[in-house]
Amino acid sequence: MSLAKTKHIEQPTVLYMDGVSVSFDGFKALNSLSLFIEPGEMRAIIGPNGAGKTTMMDVITGKTRPDEGTILFNDELDLTRYDEAQVANMGVGRKFQKPSVIESLTVFENLEMSLKGGRSVWQALTHKLTGAKQDKIDEILSMIDLKDRLYEDAGSLSHGQKQWLEIGMLLGQEPELLLIDEPAAGMTDEETMKTAELFKELSKKHSLMVVEHDMDFIEALDCRVTVLHEGSVLAEGSLANVKNNQQVIEVYLGR
Amino acid sequence: MKQEIKGGPLTRLIMNDVAGRRMMMIILAIAIIVPFCNLVFPEGSALHVSTYTMTLLGKYLCYALLAVSVDLIWGYCGILSLGHGAFFALGGYAMGMYLMRQIGDRGVYANPDLPDFMVFLNWTELPWYWFGFDQFWFAMVMVLAVPGILAFVFGALAFRSRVTGVYLSIITQALTYALMLAFFRNDMGFGGNNGLTDFKDILGFDLQADSTRAALFFASGIALILGYLISRFIVTSKLGRVLVAIRDSESRARFLGYRVEWYKLFVFVVSAMLAGVAGALYVPQVGIINPGEFAPINSIEMIIWVAVGGRGTLFGAVIGAILVNYAKTYFTGAFAELWLFMLGGLFVLTTLYLPKGVVGLWAQIKDKFFSSGGGGQSGNPATDNAEGKV
Ligand SMILES: Nc1ncnc2c1ncn2[C@@H]1O[C@H](COP(=O)(O)OP(=O)(O)OP(=O)(O)O)[C@@H](O)[C@H]1O
Ligand SMILES: [Mg+2]
Repeated sequence: MSLAKTKHIEQPTVLYMDGVSVSFDGFKALNSLSLFIEPGEMRAIIGPNGAGKTTMMDVITGKTRPDEGTILFNDELDLTRYDEAQVANMGVGRKFQKPSVIESLTVFENLEMSLKGGRSVWQALTHKLTGAKQDKIDEILSMIDLKDRLYEDAGSLSHGQKQWLEIGMLLGQEPELLLIDEPAAGMTDEETMKTAELFKELSKKHSLMVVEHDMDFIEALDCRVTVLHEGSVLAEGSLANVKNNQQVIEVYLGR
Repeated sequence: MKQEIKGGPLTRLIMNDVAGRRMMMIILAIAIIVPFCNLVFPEGSALHVSTYTMTLLGKYLCYALLAVSVDLIWGYCGILSLGHGAFFALGGYAMGMYLMRQIGDRGVYANPDLPDFMVFLNWTELPWYWFGFDQFWFAMVMVLAVPGILAFVFGALAFRSRVTGVYLSIITQALTYALMLAFFRNDMGFGGNNGLTDFKDILGFDLQADSTRAALFFASGIALILGYLISRFIVTSKLGRVLVAIRDSESRARFLGYRVEWYKLFVFVVSAMLAGVAGALYVPQVGIINPGEFAPINSIEMIIWVAVGGRGTLFGAVIGAILVNYAKTYFTGAFAELWLFMLGGLFVLTTLYLPKGVVGLWAQIKDKFFSSGGGGQSGNPATDNAEGKV
């Protein structure tokens, strides 16, 4: 595919957003937002409620069309032109803020369904569980620690386990870029730290964008941080850096 | 704790499905024994089944197939169609048109080409859309194609523009209502409010003959079994799990990369075709098809059958259709005016107290009185799940 829109920076990016704006009934949820993520990078996004973090994920994944702005995936694919399923199949996985697993399917079935490929109706009808797929599921299971709940309904899992299952489903998709909205919500401190470890592990193979309010979690991620406020970037840099930013303290941390 | 889905398609389809297998055996037995008792034992014998009873039961089998088709989309994919009667009626009309053409010159006006109602309207030639219906095979293709194509076009428009929930229910209801009004018109060429009736024979066999009735009854039983197996094949495949995902969390399915609209469209079309087959078998048994079959209330009744039986289990739909229609036959005989209120009451009661229908109630009773640990080993996740929480 040809270069849809021009980039304003030189270095390669897995995600490039420039001047992205979205308004709902006149209210600007995203206001000329610009943000780049380099291939293999893990990025934490923080910001007060209503800053536009979830909306940003919505525009990247094709759920919401931006009013204006450029969003490029791998420097070439103009994500504003595709819908959710297409964006997902290009290699962008997303975890929702509210855990969303398929509650009436088992953990196994949830994972099986997430495995890359076989998205057409016909393929789904004639799908067979191969050894390779089984291995992949086993591999994911050991990462998300749900081996012993394999054949239980996902609905019976604890909140934190659902979060993990959803992360596991992301991994099944084998995406290049993972967008993760508030993964630590509802987790115990121990689970939170385990999740941070998991993400650090994942960042060796994937690019990640993690939205979170939990500062200990962000600290554990030990990565570059972007602060969103009123739909645009307020500050960016290391956590220590951002924490000392006067504006950030005023609108977010100080409250 | 659930079982892993193992084995080939046959295991998946039949061996894992204890309840469904039992029910299909019963249907098969009925499909053989009832015609046998009707034909072999003379009237007056204790074992004789009257043609009236056989026809009534045959109607129930058609309704049961219709209920399966409704459960396939509603129970598994969450598409609450309140217009499924339209597909049933269209299948019925396609069959009715064939039966009309079979009358030939034996009509009141003795016109070899035109059905009586057309002669009555002073029409001189057969409208183009009646061509081919003198051929049985053509009519059978149409039984599938007409509901299928309508479902495809309607579904493509509705699902692609992401019409869901109540809005979808309302437009399906509008669809069947619009068709009813259209079919009431004489100039549509489908017999107006009288519909199509006075059929004489099917494939050359006299429709009044017991043997023909018996064959139709048997065919209805087989169609129900096949329809059930097709639906079961779909819901136990990965496609079935995608449908459940769409039902439970449509956006999750999208973000996993599944094109939800195609999945909905597929299952909607299959379901419409099953409904069409049910209608086609229904018409020769009851001897008439008229626009009343498109009435919105009919489509709502179907939902109640499925709800009463137990949504999302397929065999619950069969049980529900038969139970509610048996009750209807009984009560419309006894106190006709009250039936609609009873139906409404039944729906309210099921929704409030039996969210999993009769099937769920039975599972509860079994758990309470017969459970000796272990519990349900029926082993099919899709079914179990749907039973578990709908
Ligand atoms: N579909 C919508 N229609 C109208 N307003 C919306 C819509 N989606 C988001 N908003 C508004 O846009 C703003 C940004 O919302 P968003 O969910 O992106 O915030 P957030 O940063 O994710 O907040 P939180 O930390 O609470 O999750 C909010 O004021 C929200 O009310
Ligand atoms: Mg949010």
